[in-house]
Amino acid sequence: MPAARTGPSPKLLLAVAVPAVLVLALLPTVIGLYQTELLIYGLTFAIAALGFNLLLGYTGLLSFGHSAYFGMGAYTVAFIVRDLHVQSMELCILGGLLSTLLISALFGYVCVRHTRIFFGILTLALSQVLWSLAFKFFWVTGGTDGIRVPRSSVTLLAGLLDFKGAGAYSRFVYAYYYYVLIVFLIAVAVMWVIVHSPFGKALQAIRDNETRASFVGIRVRRYRWIAFVISASFTGLAGALWVPLNGLTTPEILYWPFSGELVFMTVLGGFRTFSGPIVGAIAFNYLKVYAVASSQYWQLVLGCVLVVLVMVLPTGIVGTIGRFVAQMRRP
Amino acid sequence: MALLQTIDLKRYFGETRAVDNVNLSIEEREFVSLVGPNGAGKTSLINVISALLQAESGKIIFRGEDITRLSTTERVKAGIARSFQLVNVFDDLTTFDNVALAIFSRQGKTAHLGSLAHLDEDVNREADGILGQFGLAAKRDGNARDLAQGERKLLDVALAYALKPKLLFLDEPTSGVSTRDKGQIMDTIASVVRGEGITAVIVEHDMDVVFKYSDRIVVMAQGAILAQGTPDEIRKNEQVAMVLLGSSGPDGFTRKD
Repeated sequence: MPAARTGPSPKLLLAVAVPAVLVLALLPTVIGLYQTELLIYGLTFAIAALGFNLLLGYTGLLSFGHSAYFGMGAYTVAFIVRDLHVQSMELCILGGLLSTLLISALFGYVCVRHTRIFFGILTLALSQVLWSLAFKFFWVTGGTDGIRVPRSSVTLLAGLLDFKGAGAYSRFVYAYYYYVLIVFLIAVAVMWVIVHSPFGKALQAIRDNETRASFVGIRVRRYRWIAFVISASFTGLAGALWVPLNGLTTPEILYWPFSGELVFMTVLGGFRTFSGPIVGAIAFNYLKVYAVASSQYWQLVLGCVLVVLVMVLPTGIVGTIGRFVAQMRRP
Repeated sequence: MALLQTIDLKRYFGETRAVDNVNLSIEEREFVSLVGPNGAGKTSLINVISALLQAESGKIIFRGEDITRLSTTERVKAGIARSFQLVNVFDDLTTFDNVALAIFSRQGKTAHLGSLAHLDEDVNREADGILGQFGLAAKRDGNARDLAQGERKLLDVALAYALKPKLLFLDEPTSGVSTRDKGQIMDTIASVVRGEGITAVIVEHDMDVVFKYSDRIVVMAQGAILAQGTPDEIRKNEQVAMVLLGSSGPDGFTRKD
């Protein structure tokens, strides 16, 4: 008798993924330039939140220092463009990924020796080391002025697309949207495979019960470290993609409030679901942009949303929708 | 050669001698029960052997190798598995995934991050087989936290069993379950363990269970081994009855209160 299948239903996956991809592909044709730009920000943050949630949702480790890896990816691209005069975005991304991988391997080695609040404090402290370096070594990093990465200085698809001359801004936004969308889809697919792999199951086991995990032969600390590096690399990738869009990177992106925003995004969408961080990141981006535009007390607005979220929707947007759908299906 | 041998094994907690110069030998395929009053050091002893606690001194020899300084995971890889007094399973994973994870670990596949766990037919088949052996097949897709206490106990043992150990420690596998479920759980465990030729060491308070299933009984008191022997020998041992019951009848455990 063949073994009964377990795991996610392929039909359900297709039913969710295909319409979502189609909508994302067609959106720029209807929403205009500004909204498309906002959506690019949302997608880059979604990649970061997706990585962040490998630690929080799947491994049970709450990092308050992921701004370090987002900033590392961003600054590496800025250094590559400014100092090496490399224009290819693909090489910039590769450089951003490599530098994030190296720094997160080092930071992660220190952090995963602890859990709970000690882990959180260590990640926070180490991220602030990078922030202070970026802040103080202004002759290298530009200090508070940061480093400019104008869109005209990068090319996409190995030089096939450049953004100089008339209409460069709108050409860049639309081309970059599809560029980021493809990277986003690849990132989602890779993360989906990781969390549904035996390694992903081992991480969830560690999250649930680390003592038992070690008694089934899982090297808890090593697996946490690998999860940390993967998580940071996704966040670094997001940082690398974010720089040309933003046109500038400053120490602010390494500062701890941005780590808090990543936590916010993930909790907003729901950290116990795969798609929660994606939805949360896109929603948070819109929420912040419109809160900033409509009130000088935008932090108050975001704070109130967070309080309401934790008290009323502890499972986040996706978690709540999931529960609602499950209730509707019940006979 | 004994499968497991402890030599002058010690573990103290301050003045308390939890494990005090224990010299224990377990032969292959034996079903051994560790008994003794509360605080006798039974759980501490298996905690030290399975590396949940470190030994202060002494040696643990397993299959001829000194494993005293090996980590938990290294001892699991060497062939030692255990279940826990308080159920220790992965509550947010399905019953199936709990067992599948142990199989992935045994096969060295938990580091694989480029393949989908649910498409591994060999593991699926084996996990379903184990769930069937332990009577948990009907609960395969539910979360472990939703199982009844007796089922959770069985899942705890099934997790350890899925590692295909040479030596299996079972710490009070029937504690907290009804008398009716006790027999069922022990029958299931005994049939699986004896069927596979696994050496089992069980910590148990219920002497009916101990006498029924054990090849040998080891009695502990104050961290040391007080007596050991076959169920018949232990049944007749007045010193053991005195320690376990507080007083002894004319013929050890035959006294009826």
